[in-house]
Amino acid sequence: MIKGNFIDNLPKVYGIYTGGFLAFIIIMAIGEQMGMTAKTIGIAFVAFTVAIYAIIGYLSRTAQADAYYVAGRQVPTVFNGMATAADWMSGASFVAMAGGIYFKGYGYMALLVGWTGGYVLVASLLAPYLRKFGCYTVPDFIGTRYGGNLSRFLAVVVLTVASFTYVTAQINATGTIASVALDIPFQYAVYVGLVSILLCSMLGGMRGVTWTQVAQYIVLIIAYLLPVFWISNKMGAGFFPHFMLADEVARIADLEAQFGLGTVTNSAADLATVPKGLAGITKAHSAVNATPWAFISLALAMMMGTASLPHVMMRYFTTPSVKAARKSVGWSLFFIFLLYSSAPMLATLSKLSLIDPNLATGIIGKSISEVQAIDWYQNWNQANLMFVSDFNGNGTLELNEFFMGGKAVVLATPEIAGLPYVISGLVAAGGMAAAMSTADGLILAIANALSHDLYYKIIDPKAETAKRLVVARVLLVVIGFAGATIAAMEIQGILGSVIWAFDFAMSGLFFPLVLGVWWKRANREGAIAGMALGLASGMGYLIWVRNGGSGFLGITQLTFGIFGSAVSLVSMVVVSLITSEPDAATQKMVDEVRVPAGKSILGKH
Amino acid sequence: MSKQAQHWEKTRGLLMVTLAIWFVFSIGIFLFGAEMESVGGPFGYPLTYWFTCQGSLGIFVILIFWFANRQEKIDEEFGFSEKGGDD
Repeated sequence: MIKGNFIDNLPKVYGIYTGGFLAFIIIMAIGEQMGMTAKTIGIAFVAFTVAIYAIIGYLSRTAQADAYYVAGRQVPTVFNGMATAADWMSGASFVAMAGGIYFKGYGYMALLVGWTGGYVLVASLLAPYLRKFGCYTVPDFIGTRYGGNLSRFLAVVVLTVASFTYVTAQINATGTIASVALDIPFQYAVYVGLVSILLCSMLGGMRGVTWTQVAQYIVLIIAYLLPVFWISNKMGAGFFPHFMLADEVARIADLEAQFGLGTVTNSAADLATVPKGLAGITKAHSAVNATPWAFISLALAMMMGTASLPHVMMRYFTTPSVKAARKSVGWSLFFIFLLYSSAPMLATLSKLSLIDPNLATGIIGKSISEVQAIDWYQNWNQANLMFVSDFNGNGTLELNEFFMGGKAVVLATPEIAGLPYVISGLVAAGGMAAAMSTADGLILAIANALSHDLYYKIIDPKAETAKRLVVARVLLVVIGFAGATIAAMEIQGILGSVIWAFDFAMSGLFFPLVLGVWWKRANREGAIAGMALGLASGMGYLIWVRNGGSGFLGITQLTFGIFGSAVSLVSMVVVSLITSEPDAATQKMVDEVRVPAGKSILGKH
Repeated sequence: MSKQAQHWEKTRGLLMVTLAIWFVFSIGIFLFGAEMESVGGPFGYPLTYWFTCQGSLGIFVILIFWFANRQEKIDEEFGFSEKGGDD
């Protein structure tokens, strides 16, 4: 089904798919005019898109190791860029990021810089060299470059800790969206999300995930950009918001001053009445409100984490060549840029539409009873994402008396701005696509590392391909269910656990990966020390700070990877230098990795 | 010096330039976030705000494509580029 010919036809296939999806949106819009209920539209959007992903997943089924692990290494640059963008942009990027910017302003936008700047490191330090290596997984590189089962095993441990932390957050996000769109309890919705995720990856492995991720990128980018442009036009803010919101940004700064942002504060007793998870606007929208180090340390941690996360790195194993791997990183970032540069614009539009008294949608300055009578306020208040309270008893809603959940910025703004419900259904499908695609990449990364590196390379090197792939699929299901079970317990928020995953990955893997290519003298003992001590110290620091430790150098529980990776670097260099240098064969291998021409180190590509 | 060593030296040089540009736009300018704030940026946004929302992000995209082209040239110069595989 999906063979050589399919690759040549990709632009056509996905062109038709995009046209079909747009037609579906139009049909839903007509349906809405003809009286389809909001609930039916929501279900139709989620069911239709998930069904398409499942079909792609089925058509991509395979029994070959090369196709299962690295999609046959024939994914063209641009399409791999789209797949990576979907792999990368998680439920957190789609649902939570604009909300974070809305509430925290400049200090939070360090994530925008961090989650894009990391790709420069990926392109220049790692991706092309790991592609030349020809490995199936990231631990495959560590295990072959440094040699020995212990180094391979430690790489699997770091990968599993980081990716598993990340994946519970993604399953949580799919569950949240499925429960809203399908109107079922969260505990069941989590498993609905899980089954959808497994449908994409189980039969086709990396090949199935690749082609579903491209489809998911198309859905999520349409679902993100369409409302931003529509709202901007409707508000009269400009037809191309990215270039035209300067006046709106300035207007928000004026309103902040007028409403006494930062001077009027709520008492602890008042705040205790606000439902959990909701927040008010307490930080300036665009003004610099973080110290340089707070901003830079968060950005730095996210950049180094990006270059250490195995589910991203393994996407570049699927390109046809080293050259293509480099270009593909550029395309990935371009597709990510389309969404990331829109998030602050959405936050600006959302905030202004709520707080500007000159706009029909503005609620600040209206009477409390008037606000409580608005339809959308009642809906989102019921969903526990909005709350107002007359703290000062003057009957009028003040800026400090309005509270909202972070997710509401993406999910509720279309409704507040008066867009038809079809847009809200589209946004739900987009959020689902974002969370599913990332969850698939992560679960596959863990299952592949366990099946290829732990089972095949360490436990049973004689296993046949068929048996290896059965093990890989069983692990996929087991890991998925473990993730869903933990997600159903709702231990952490979505965004917090995503950031932790970056810190774990950079603590254990950044320097062992980078130095493996760039420092010939790095040896097995050094890499083992780097991974073990890096991960242990990062984790130790997190536990210490979580239990009331004061921390040092301004490193918080969101940036503990900076400490972990520093320990990793020092221990790796010191231990490498006091032990003997790698043997001649290893040094020759590093030389070969450094030039694109010639055979890959592993395998035949 | 062998061909391979020369190739690696040039590759390392390119890496240093790439990382220097990356450092300026991901870390360097944000040391002066407060100072840049009163300066007007493109499209009328405050300069710091523009860099965090669009500027740095866009520069990273261009930087990667530029890096990829330069590296290809280096590989070709020493005859180390791959045959085929060009899409």
